[in-house]
Amino acid sequence: MSLTPNDIGRIAKLARLELSGPQSERMLGQLNGFFDIVEQMNAVDTTGVEPLAHPTAVIGEVALRLRPDVVSEPNNREANQKSAPAVERGLFLVPKVIE
Amino acid sequence: MSKQKQASLLVQGYEVVIGFETHAQLATNSKIFSRAATAFGAEPNTQACAVDLALPGTLPVMNRAAVEHAIRFGLAVGAHVAEQSVFARKNYFYPDLPKGYQISQFEIPVVQGGEVSFYLGDEKKTVRLVRAHLEEDAGKSLHEDFIGQSGIDLNRAGTPLLEIVTEPDIRSSAEAVAYAKELHKIVTWIGICDGNMQEGSFRCDANVSVRKPGEPLGTRREIKNLNSFKFMQQAIDYEVRWQIEQLEDGYEIQQATVLFDPDTGETRAMRTKEDAADYRYFPDPDLPPLVVARSWVDEVKAAMPELPRAMAERLVADYGLPEYDATTLTQSPAMAAYFEVAAKASGQAKMASNWIMGEVSRRLNNEEKDIAQVPVSAETLAALLKRIADGTVSNNAAKQVMDALWSGEGQDVDAVIEAKGLKQMNDSGALEAIIDEVMAANAPMVVQFRAGKDKAFNALVGLVMKASKGKANPQQVNDVLRQKLG
Amino acid sequence: MNARQIHEMGVAELAAAIADKQTSSVEAAQALLARARQHESLGAYLAFNEDATLAQARAADARVAAGERSPLLGVPVAHKDIFVTRDFPTTAGSKMLAGYQSPFDATVVARLAGAGAVTLGKLNCDEFAMGGSNENSAYAVAHNPWDTSRVPGGSSGGSAVAVAARLAPAVTGTDTGGSIRQPASFCNVTGIKPTYGRCSRYGMVAFASSLDQAGPMARSAADCATLLTAMAGPDIDRDSTSLDRPAEDYTAWLGKPREGASAAQPLKGLRIGLPKEFFGEGCAPDVIAAVRAALAEYEKLGATLVDVSLPRTELSIPVYYIIAPAEASSNLSRFDGVKFGHRAAQYDDLVDMYQKTRSEGFGPEVQRRIMIGTYVLSHGYYDAYYLKAQQIRRLIAQDFQQAFTQCDVIAGPVAPTVAWKIGEKGDDPVANYLADIFTLPGSLAGLPGMSVPAGFGAGGLPVGLQLLGNYFQEGELLQAAHAFQQATDWHTRSPEGF
Repeated sequence: MSLTPNDIGRIAKLARLELSGPQSERMLGQLNGFFDIVEQMNAVDTTGVEPLAHPTAVIGEVALRLRPDVVSEPNNREANQKSAPAVERGLFLVPKVIE
Repeated sequence: MSKQKQASLLVQGYEVVIGFETHAQLATNSKIFSRAATAFGAEPNTQACAVDLALPGTLPVMNRAAVEHAIRFGLAVGAHVAEQSVFARKNYFYPDLPKGYQISQFEIPVVQGGEVSFYLGDEKKTVRLVRAHLEEDAGKSLHEDFIGQSGIDLNRAGTPLLEIVTEPDIRSSAEAVAYAKELHKIVTWIGICDGNMQEGSFRCDANVSVRKPGEPLGTRREIKNLNSFKFMQQAIDYEVRWQIEQLEDGYEIQQATVLFDPDTGETRAMRTKEDAADYRYFPDPDLPPLVVARSWVDEVKAAMPELPRAMAERLVADYGLPEYDATTLTQSPAMAAYFEVAAKASGQAKMASNWIMGEVSRRLNNEEKDIAQVPVSAETLAALLKRIADGTVSNNAAKQVMDALWSGEGQDVDAVIEAKGLKQMNDSGALEAIIDEVMAANAPMVVQFRAGKDKAFNALVGLVMKASKGKANPQQVNDVLRQKLG
Repeated sequence: MNARQIHEMGVAELAAAIADKQTSSVEAAQALLARARQHESLGAYLAFNEDATLAQARAADARVAAGERSPLLGVPVAHKDIFVTRDFPTTAGSKMLAGYQSPFDATVVARLAGAGAVTLGKLNCDEFAMGGSNENSAYAVAHNPWDTSRVPGGSSGGSAVAVAARLAPAVTGTDTGGSIRQPASFCNVTGIKPTYGRCSRYGMVAFASSLDQAGPMARSAADCATLLTAMAGPDIDRDSTSLDRPAEDYTAWLGKPREGASAAQPLKGLRIGLPKEFFGEGCAPDVIAAVRAALAEYEKLGATLVDVSLPRTELSIPVYYIIAPAEASSNLSRFDGVKFGHRAAQYDDLVDMYQKTRSEGFGPEVQRRIMIGTYVLSHGYYDAYYLKAQQIRRLIAQDFQQAFTQCDVIAGPVAPTVAWKIGEKGDDPVANYLADIFTLPGSLAGLPGMSVPAGFGAGGLPVGLQLLGNYFQEGELLQAAHAFQQATDWHTRSPEGF
């Protein structure tokens, strides 16, 4: 299972990364090298095996905890926006979003 | 459905196929995964806490009330409430999506199946639901005030949503609106959503396609953000005509997302998003599976009110009301309760229905009031209805009584009737005397009637009513006058 | 008390000295800050805030003056720059978060502060905790004090350096695939990664959500126990993956002999399982020699060695390097230049802004893992890669449960070699990934694991002994490590010049 330059382009787009020509090439080589060792997984018979999403589920049920519907976060806008790149009148500014 | 009916729904020979996706904002105090408030209309980003802003290191914690609301909905539509369901990340980049993914449910939603029934005209329709799942709302982009830029407000980010998805069972724009209205009624009735469409609490997307009858499903286009029932029908009708035109001109329909422009009345495709559908869903590792025990479902079920459709059917059965009345009266639990009290206390179900749908609703609408704020209690209305039924007042006079009761002049029906002197004349002797007088004073009219001019009769009735200062019982006047005229 | 001696003290000793008023928290903090500046070239620290540190120290001294005594009161510590802190910037070792000021403290940081610990500064690490050598830090390379031309390990490289060079008596680190254990092994430091969910992840810049865990690193198991006691415990309000198990006093396990054991043979009855896959050709002979010597000591302490097998050890590499990047690729999507962090200076439109921001802000290894993660989750590949990896993950976890029917604790090397030279592994990601082979299985299963200084290998470089326990057995591990440290002195050694 080998990746192609098209794959690199498609994935980079999905991930909003910009790779130059040489960077793309290097990435392709490195990823293919990585996926060579991933091939080992195919040899493993996993029929009927439940994926393990939460590690301690191996020894007992893990269930989502639910909290009471109480508001306890007050307005903390100033502190929260301290590291914002662009803010005006409390709004985060971004290049125009075209629908 | 009969072939005739099916045929009658065709548009230029095409069958319309519609599926609905509705996002109902759940009426909780705090957000689905954070403890910030959900109230509408706050200053930008004052209700967006660290979790909502996706600040590094933040994690989601689930709101119990959102789950409870989902269970309630599942029960209301006869769906299966899953004992275990999973939250998944839907990954895409957008400025109003702070984490770069939306926490939603993908393969295993909390509510599965179900159906919504309603009347379209006098025909009962049932639309099947595929599922309803919990997810978080995104923030808002504001474009108007900035040149070349957009302002992002994340107050709405994290508000709990229930996404309700139907099978493509709907066959006309009218049916679509009827479905949407019934769904709206259900979610507000059971108290899980405030239903305020202007504030975005209830947002509908319609997936529309057309096909010649018997052919496979056509390619669908999705009309997003249909937030008023009025525009909903308009938008779907336009889209249907547009698709048919395209097909007739030999073009294929491309899958697209479209927006309806109420100013032009047209649907228009949104800028196409490349790699549209690769959301890379995977179970959210920050959230273990949601477990809903049978006992919790039973608890919620025990606390559920009677649902509108069931109640409407009961009103038809118990009170002999027409379907239209029953549907109108069950627009809200408060309205239905008001009716039942008035109907039981007066013994006049149909009259009560007419008065509530008519006089009461008219006054409430004029004053922009809700039934909860009605100044005339159901018991008082019942008392008035009884006085109409027993002939004490005419229907017209009763309206004057209502005016007085509504404006607070009095609470006691009989007292108001007395005070305003609105009692109908039931004394036949006095009535006969008046009729004789009128006939005598209008001999030419009597002659005209006897000669065949029916209109003269109404004129005479009018004169009698006037002479009695409106107090005569119209029915009685009719009967006696006819008798005397021969 | 003069400056020289403060840095020689571990947590317990320093806490006692402060409590006995032989020194003060302010004095200790000042001494260690000076020392940190003196050894800046090691690249251990990324940020200081002297005013904040001294304010915390003064507050601790006030508590001491009021008569309070507790094991961490006034003790200076430092935090891996993965933990967000209000008073210090947080970068996670990345340009993406240059200058980022968090409005809240990580739960683990807050708990240590509540116990009276004082923050000296933020410690260097591989960018977003991705790496095994600290060479992926966007800010500075960190140097192993045992041989400054070599890596300290990673991703908690700065943390290990700070303890090894005695810049701080104890620190926090994070371990996702071995990032506490491996640098501890390379730097002769004691470190523990608890059971997944034992410490809150709230306030840890997320790398791989189902694997990340916070843990202490210090000069002894005893000191680790003290820190872990303060750090661990349920965080019901903020972390849905935090275990709802009552907090424990891990120090109660120290010096406690096992049931049926004696003072002379405190570990009698302890069965130590040695996975044959950990002792094969993939491990350098000098490392194996040091580990076996350490195990011989364990036998003297009464333990028995048992052969076990973890047959899917090698598979843990592809499995981990699919799951972790997948989760990371999603966790890192929030870095988009909109709400916080870096934003590109020049861009044409929104998409361009995203692309430039992320390409400028993320280093090559992070970009690589985002690419891998995005790919394995993408349409058509999810089943073959991500789902398959999670299935094999369960099998790996089951292998451990099988092994634990025959032993109480699993032991072996932490890494196949001692620390390598800075720059040696180059840009080849696979070479780096393969070096994680012994720590990944425990991470995937979510089991607690320790690295305990066990001696020295080639070039006089430290070798750590890895101990892995079953779920929630941090106490047993600390007990076993402590007993070893009572009978040996590897953990007390310091590199020359430090």
